[in-house]
Amino acid sequence: MAVTKTIEVALSTTGLGPDGRPIRIPLGAEGLTSAPPSLEPELEGEHMLINIGPQHPATHGVLRLVLELDGETVVRCIPHVGYLHCGFEKIGEYRQYNQIIPWTDREDYLNSMGNNVAFALGAERLFGIEITERCTVLRVMAMELSRIISHLVWLGTTCIDIGAFTPFLWCFQERENVYKLLEGWTGARLTTSGSRVGGMIADVPAGWTDGLRAFLRQFPKTLDEVDRMLTRNAIWVGRTVGIGVMTPEEAINYGLSGPMLRASGVAYDVRKDVPYLDYETYDFDVPVGTNGDVYDRFLVRFEELRQSVRILEQALARLPEGPVNVDDPRVILPPKHKATSEMESMIHHFKLVMEGPRPPIGEAYVPVESPKGEKGYYFVSDGTAKPVRWRIRPPSYVNLSAIPRMVEGHLLSDVIAINASIDIVMGEIDR
Amino acid sequence: MSQFASQDPGAPAFAVVHTGQPGAPAPKSPRNLPHRGGEANPSVEALRTRFGVAIGRHEVVWGDTTVYVARERLAEIAQWLHDDPTQRYDYLVDVTAVEYRDEVRPLEVVWHLRSLSYRRFLRLKTELPKNGVTPLEVPSVWGIWKGADWLERECFDMFGIRFAGHPDLRRILLWEDYKEGFPLRKDFPLRGRFSRAEQLTNALAADPEARYSMEELSVADAFASLPEDMRKRLGGGERVGE
Repeated sequence: MAVTKTIEVALSTTGLGPDGRPIRIPLGAEGLTSAPPSLEPELEGEHMLINIGPQHPATHGVLRLVLELDGETVVRCIPHVGYLHCGFEKIGEYRQYNQIIPWTDREDYLNSMGNNVAFALGAERLFGIEITERCTVLRVMAMELSRIISHLVWLGTTCIDIGAFTPFLWCFQERENVYKLLEGWTGARLTTSGSRVGGMIADVPAGWTDGLRAFLRQFPKTLDEVDRMLTRNAIWVGRTVGIGVMTPEEAINYGLSGPMLRASGVAYDVRKDVPYLDYETYDFDVPVGTNGDVYDRFLVRFEELRQSVRILEQALARLPEGPVNVDDPRVILPPKHKATSEMESMIHHFKLVMEGPRPPIGEAYVPVESPKGEKGYYFVSDGTAKPVRWRIRPPSYVNLSAIPRMVEGHLLSDVIAINASIDIVMGEIDR
Repeated sequence: MSQFASQDPGAPAFAVVHTGQPGAPAPKSPRNLPHRGGEANPSVEALRTRFGVAIGRHEVVWGDTTVYVARERLAEIAQWLHDDPTQRYDYLVDVTAVEYRDEVRPLEVVWHLRSLSYRRFLRLKTELPKNGVTPLEVPSVWGIWKGADWLERECFDMFGIRFAGHPDLRRILLWEDYKEGFPLRKDFPLRGRFSRAEQLTNALAADPEARYSMEELSVADAFASLPEDMRKRLGGGERVGE
């Protein structure tokens, strides 16, 4: 799509002008809208087919894009997915509910804690369980921390794709700090398996909230640094503004969700529209873009990082004391000392481990706002301990399906920026 | 976004689309949902009034409304749900299918629809009896929601359900000449139909570029403009890039 507007930006490295302010370089895109006359007219109309991936550093995993090019302009894009397909949904039909949770780590592996919680929420709806107050707040923390991780990885890798290296290192350093917190809680960094039907794997350890407070104090400073580095950087703006535009109507029609949808100016956030975990009681804003391009997607995700910090601060302030797991022998294992001393607890323990908890006949779909968009697990139960159907609604999969529409008419180099802006995780797309 | 608004006379390009109805109370996290029963989605009544016998039974499970519709009129019903100003189901959440362990129970195709303007969620289902006579085919909703493209392809890939009217119904997660059938069907064993040895032989014999050379080049206009000898070589199944 041709850009006709003019944006004044400042290069972060040009130094200061006579008034002591950064020198501003007008980045005029006028005049660039019509192509210069061809030097080789006999080659006009010749199309070239090129293949990107599946092993390519800019495809964020094993994605393969076949592009038909007219010169450097993309005429058609045919994506191929499925290189990581391992049949998660099929395997889920042969597992008890709690046994599926480790699989949810491994689909969108940047948001493993969020997936664990989303799974538990769906399964609890199916079982008809109301979780405890403390668990609700802890889960909000888990989801927002994984949103921070996911957005940081997105930000870092997108910088690399577009040509900035430094923010990548800052982002990954902060991500490491979040992983330390998650490691202290669940014992694992990436594959956390942190939730259980009816509660969490464990309460947070002593001193954990202090660690989170320390993180929340210094994290906004890093955000400010990245902000200074990117938001008004001429190269960054030049590479992202007006690229891969989706109008609001298109974005809705293509089923986009998450930052992709909101960057196109649709104020749909699952946390506000279909709330869960008492998100309606937290005070936070939903950033919405107005141009639907790669730059707006960056701004939306960047603002979401700040909003996540706000939510985490509120969650820390209200974290109540009390049990994490529900007091429901149908789903929660009795404590070890009871299982070895009381007959009834021993029977519960045996039946839960050997047979697994059994939900009533029914079905449930609970959407959550994952960093990539609307994610939900759809369960169908026939009353046995294993689901008849466990379906993942993968936001990256639906978002990626719009890439042929987004790259049409753009340059080959913009394909990389657009693909990065979708924030795909192939583990979730291929499942 | 806003910081450029003052400098850019052209921006913003789009007005913000708000969800929900003006003045409607903000939704709350659900509590103590009943297993069955409760208030059904008002769209069900509207559907019955509009389409009569094409609308089958409906049920409310854990707060969500499921309505069964006749397969033959599905495209019409979906179009109406999308277009009608009192319904406006503009967002297609998911297309999938369910096969039960009970062998006589029909396959179900499931559409999860959401209305952003009315904040409603509706689960449409249609049944495909497994009698060997009824074809596993439903109308595609791709013409209504473009997001159905890959979702329907995945459903075809995993269940073998055909979506009539889909522009490009190919396998998506599995490769196109996958021979073992449809993995999410209940008669498909967890480890696949072939032995490990057969799977290995097939994998080694498979041409990973097959889709690139045959299907895709013929889809792309570029195929016609390739040199004659290259077209011939590709047509003969030669691998690209060797």
